[in-house]
Amino acid sequence: MKLALRIAAPLAALLVATPAFAAGEDLTKAIPPKEEHWSFQGPFGMYDKAELQRGFQVYKEVCSACHSLNRVKFYTLADEGGPGFTPAEAKAIAAGYQIEAEPNDKGELFDANGERLKRPGILADHFPAPFPNEQAARAANGGAAPPDLSLIAKAREDGPNYIHSLLTGFGQPVPAGYKLPEGKYYNPYFPGRAISMPPPLTEGAVTYADGTKATVDQMSTDVTNFLMWAAEPKLEERHRLGFGVMAFLLVLAGLCYLSYRRVWKDTAH
Amino acid sequence: MSGPSTYVPANGFTRWLDSRLPILRLMNDTMTSFPTPRNLNFWYTFGGILTFCLAVQIVTGIVLAMHYVPNDKMAFDSVENIMRDVNYGWLLRYVHANGASMFFLAVYIHMFRGLYYGSYKAPREVLWILGVVIYLLMMATGFLGYVLPWGQMSFWGATVITNFFSAIPVVGESVTHWLWGGFAVGDPTLNRFFSLHYLLPFVIAGVVGLHIWALHVPGNNNPLGIDVKGPQDTVPFHPFYTAKDAFYLVLFAILFAGLVFYSPNFVGEVDNYTPANPLVTPEHIVPEWYYLPFYAMLRSVPDKLLGVLTMFGAIAILFFAPWLDTSKVRSARFRPLLKPAFWLLVADCLILGYVGKNKPDAMLLSTGIPLLWIGRIGTLYYYGYFLVLLPILGLIETPKPLPESIAKAVGDKSHAAE
Repeated sequence: MKLALRIAAPLAALLVATPAFAAGEDLTKAIPPKEEHWSFQGPFGMYDKAELQRGFQVYKEVCSACHSLNRVKFYTLADEGGPGFTPAEAKAIAAGYQIEAEPNDKGELFDANGERLKRPGILADHFPAPFPNEQAARAANGGAAPPDLSLIAKAREDGPNYIHSLLTGFGQPVPAGYKLPEGKYYNPYFPGRAISMPPPLTEGAVTYADGTKATVDQMSTDVTNFLMWAAEPKLEERHRLGFGVMAFLLVLAGLCYLSYRRVWKDTAH
Repeated sequence: MSGPSTYVPANGFTRWLDSRLPILRLMNDTMTSFPTPRNLNFWYTFGGILTFCLAVQIVTGIVLAMHYVPNDKMAFDSVENIMRDVNYGWLLRYVHANGASMFFLAVYIHMFRGLYYGSYKAPREVLWILGVVIYLLMMATGFLGYVLPWGQMSFWGATVITNFFSAIPVVGESVTHWLWGGFAVGDPTLNRFFSLHYLLPFVIAGVVGLHIWALHVPGNNNPLGIDVKGPQDTVPFHPFYTAKDAFYLVLFAILFAGLVFYSPNFVGEVDNYTPANPLVTPEHIVPEWYYLPFYAMLRSVPDKLLGVLTMFGAIAILFFAPWLDTSKVRSARFRPLLKPAFWLLVADCLILGYVGKNKPDAMLLSTGIPLLWIGRIGTLYYYGYFLVLLPILGLIETPKPLPESIAKAVGDKSHAAE
């Protein structure tokens, strides 16, 4: 015990002491995201299918205008642990997208008018990107390329809280003494607080089929869930398998402990 | 203590085999009948745990290599493909990535245990040196592996670490270009790193074999640090230590599984989920947690070459520990001066880790004390422990009286009269 304390004490000292705010806030530093509760949190956390479906709608109708989702394939929309679309629904969603076609029988990629040949999406396709390349994305967005969203929930510190805070963090008064660069928007959760993305969500920007009221907070919550699933599609499988593995290991630990005690029973050590 | 073999072939086949290839005899003598001090405590279970860690890394790594593509355009995508489309690929990758951290956690406990109980002292110097070699190989393997996903931190970590070699006078730049296979970290670098990352674990396995061999000649040290006097001081490895090691191994596996299933990205850096981009430098480049104390030492020296030497010297110095320690007594239990110095070293390494994690110009919490100076004091203490305290404490300290024998100390009634 004494030994454990010796180790734990300095560790605890390091962990407990979180950086305190010094007097005078640094206006170029982002503020920490708001803590929200997410259904996928904790060892038994699972996605809420309704939230994922609504979040998908928000991505499709709002975010996808500028942000790609390159690593998410349509068939995963019907995968277990996902938004819970039926395979037929996923197929219909895929078919709703126009994908750049492979060369046709004559080896052509462009039609007579010089237009790129397209075909409807299939389950094996991933979401098509809104811009043909990074330079085009940059040119269309004032020099800042909108990042791909496939992994964004894992590629930012405290991802889900950060995304939700960022999406709901627009419209706050710019503090006195903060100089907002031309063409940027003030958002205290963004590093440097000046973001190129205009406020993407406005009340009622989408109409939810299930009748949920499309407030900015609701839409950002839903799309955050969807993006978390996009980044970590195997989370439910992981939590489920983890429970089985843990249960097995705990029983095994008990058995190993008993045999350890029994082997050493008559031996002083 | 390895002593005469107690193996008796049980049947005609094993007699036949034993006179041709005594492999069963070897296994029996090293893993079954091997006389082991009866007083080994919890801290001695990490040798077995480390063997488990190496096996897990090799097995998961071999399967991951079947799906991974070591190409700068495809590496990141292939890892995401493993995470999304390979059956249980997410499990393999999370086990492998967190396995590295668990491996280092175990090796640090194992090394500190050796320092505390004086396991590096005669007659186990070679055993200790082989251990330091394994540790060095682990550091190299861990670094090479961290580069493979080709995320932002992979790329920039590789850039920072390989740049250490440019500190070498005169030939530094040429050496660095030779390591890169070009004029910057790029596709050739990734390819050779993958090749070496696949190779080194088998080198580690080989040195582990030597390490165990070197253990089995003098036999285990023990928490009392006194020599085994006879059979009353030992128990056969099996079933006594197989049972004990198994229990603690399962506890270790529970911690491991907790990380893999419930917090698989806890030890990772978020920046590594962004594909490598040579044009965008992350705001704050940090290595994996297990290198942080050394990173702090590197940054505490203003000169690049001296900083690199300080960092590598911190590991090199471990090779000399057996001869720097002048004490006749092994275990810190009986060394009233070494004991606090040792715990201060443990705290020092944790503090150095904290310093390495933070930005070089950061202050300690909100006190206004620059971490740079804390890192410098920490570096001085680390070196001081080996270069000053180990030689001097052994000469000036009066050790507590050592027990007569292990059997006496553990209060074995059946031998108390002997």
